[in-house]
Amino acid sequence: MDMKANKKLGLKERYALMTRDLEWDTTYEPMDKVFPCTSYEGIKIHDWDKWQDPFRLTMDAYWKYQAEKERKLYAIIDAFNQNNGHLGVTDARYLNAVKLFIGAVPHLEYMAFRGFSHLGRQMVGAGPRVACLMQAIDELRHYQTQIHSISNYNKYYNGMHDFANQMSRVWYLSVTKSFFDDAYTSGPFEFMVAIGFSFEYVLTNLLFVPFISGAAYNGDMAAMTFGFSAQSDEARHMTLGLECIKFMLEQDPDNLPIVQRWMDKWMHRGARILGVIGMMMDYMLPKRVMSWQEAWEAYYEQNGSALFNDLARYGIRPPKVGQLAAFEKEHISHQLWAGFYQYGALTSFHTWIPSDEEMDWLSSKYPNTFDKYYRPRWEYWKEEAKQGRRFYNKTLPMLCQTCQIPLLFTEPDDPTQISYRDTEYKGEHYHFCSDGCKEIFEHEPEKYIQSWLPAHQIVQGNSFNPGTDPTAPDFDVVGAVFQHYNMQHGRDNLDFDGSEDQKNFAAWRAAATKN
Amino acid sequence: MSNAFIAFQKNDETRSIVEAIIADNPNAIVNEQPGMVKVDVPGRLTIKRQTVSDLMGRDFDLQELQIHLITISGHLDETDDEFTLSWNS
Repeated sequence: MDMKANKKLGLKERYALMTRDLEWDTTYEPMDKVFPCTSYEGIKIHDWDKWQDPFRLTMDAYWKYQAEKERKLYAIIDAFNQNNGHLGVTDARYLNAVKLFIGAVPHLEYMAFRGFSHLGRQMVGAGPRVACLMQAIDELRHYQTQIHSISNYNKYYNGMHDFANQMSRVWYLSVTKSFFDDAYTSGPFEFMVAIGFSFEYVLTNLLFVPFISGAAYNGDMAAMTFGFSAQSDEARHMTLGLECIKFMLEQDPDNLPIVQRWMDKWMHRGARILGVIGMMMDYMLPKRVMSWQEAWEAYYEQNGSALFNDLARYGIRPPKVGQLAAFEKEHISHQLWAGFYQYGALTSFHTWIPSDEEMDWLSSKYPNTFDKYYRPRWEYWKEEAKQGRRFYNKTLPMLCQTCQIPLLFTEPDDPTQISYRDTEYKGEHYHFCSDGCKEIFEHEPEKYIQSWLPAHQIVQGNSFNPGTDPTAPDFDVVGAVFQHYNMQHGRDNLDFDGSEDQKNFAAWRAAATKN
Repeated sequence: MSNAFIAFQKNDETRSIVEAIIADNPNAIVNEQPGMVKVDVPGRLTIKRQTVSDLMGRDFDLQELQIHLITISGHLDETDDEFTLSWNS
C-alpha cells in the first residue's frame, strides 16, 4: 500500500483550531461584565475549557450540511404541492392534527431561536457558544420550514389562516406559549435544562418520532418532510443538552440540587404539554402508529431510565413526574380529547367522536381503562349527538396557574375524581391541576402570579374586540371571544361531521379520480 | 444493560449505514418503522467510516450522518473514523 503524507487535519484538531482556538479572554473589560448572565442562578463554573463538544461540527461544515437539507426539503415540498399531495392524506380528519401543529409549534421554534441566540451570546466558553449559535439558526429554520410546508394546506382547508396572532389569544395555545415564556424568562442554565435537556433530549422523541411516523402513515408528505428535516438537527441539540447537564454536575457539587430541581420542574411541565401529542396519536390520526402509552413506555420509561441510570453517578435521581405519568399514561389522551370535544365550539380545528372501529382499537390498547372509564362517555355523547344534542360546553373552565391546562386531569388513585390543588399567596387564592404544578408555583410564586390565564382574561373583558359591549342584555361571551380569536363560527370550529373541510375533501378527492 | 440507539430516515444512503452497523455490532437490533429505521445496541453502538464506505461503494464522511439522523440515545464520541454512542451504566 502506498504511503501518502496526510496533510489534512483530523476532526478533533480541525475543530479545536476553528472554534476554541479563536476564543480569547477580554482585557479592556472584565470577563464577568462581558458575560453577566451566567452567575445569578447559583450555578458555579470553575473551568469552561472542560466543556466537551462531542459533535465537533465547524461552521463551514454546518453550512454545507444545512444547505443540503434545505435543498432536499424544498424539492420534496414542491413536488408534493405540484402533485395535489393534500388529497392523498388518509382522511380529512387528519388535517386537524396539522392545524393544531401550526397553531402551537412554529411559535415554540421561534422562541427557541430567541433563547439559543441569547445563550449563544451569554455562555462563556466558545464550545457552548458555537453550539448554541448553530441551534439558534436551526430553530429559525424549523419555524420557517414548518410554515412553508403547511401553507399549502392553508390554501384549501380552514382554521390555519391566523396562527401568528392566535398564539397570543387562544385558550389552548396559551398552554404552549406559557411553557416557552417560562423557559425564556429563566436564566441561561435553567433554559438549557428546560429546552436543551428536558425537552430536546428526553421528550422530543415523543413529539417528533410518532408525529413523523404518523404523518408518513397518513400520507402527509409535507409534514413528514419538514419533520425529518427538523429532526436531523435534533441529535445535535440533544447532545448539547446532555453535555450541559454533565458539565454543570462535574463543575461543582453545589450545582446538583439546583439541577435536580430544574429537572423535576421541566420534566413535569414537558410531560403536561406532551399529553396533547398523546391525544393526537390516540384520537386524531385516522391511521394509528402506536398508542400514547406504548410511545411513553418506549421513549420515556426505557430510554429515560437508560439516561437517569447513567446520571445517577452524579447523584441525580429520576424526575418526580415519572410516578404521576406511570398512572396518567393510561388516561391522559382520553381525558384531553374529551376536553377538546366539549370545548369544540372554541377551537380552530374540528373534533369528533371516535368511530366504532377506533373505539375497539382504543379498547385493545388500553385494556385497563378505556372500556371502564371512557367508552361509556363516548357512547353517551354519540347518542346525544344522534338526538340532535351534540354537546358543547359553554362554561369557562378553571385553569391551572402553572401549566394553564383546564382542570380536567384526575386523581392518580381515582380516575373518577378531578385532581384539584390550591394554595394562598399574599391573600390571593391559586388553583392547580397537580402536586407538581403546585410545587413549581410555590418555589417561584412571584413569577407565576403573573400568568396570563385565558379564562381570567375573558372574565376581565380583555378578550373582546374593541366596541364589544359585555353588558348588553343578549351578550354572547363565547361568540365575542371567538371573534377576537379571528375564527369563523361554523367554519373553523364545531364537529368534523358536517364541516366544510369534510365536504370539500370528499368532493375534491372524487374530482381527482374521475372525469 | 441500557441500549444505545440511533434512528435514521429510510433512504438509499442509510440502507448502507444500517448494514454497516449490523456488520460492526453483532448485538444490533433493527426496528423498521414507517419512513424510518431505528437500531438499538446494548451498551455501545459504533459506526465505522470504512465499513460504510465499503458498503456504499464511495468515500463516506461520518459527518454526512447529520443529513439523515432522526434521534440518538447515549453519550456521543465522534472522530474521523468512528461515531460511537454509549452508556456507562
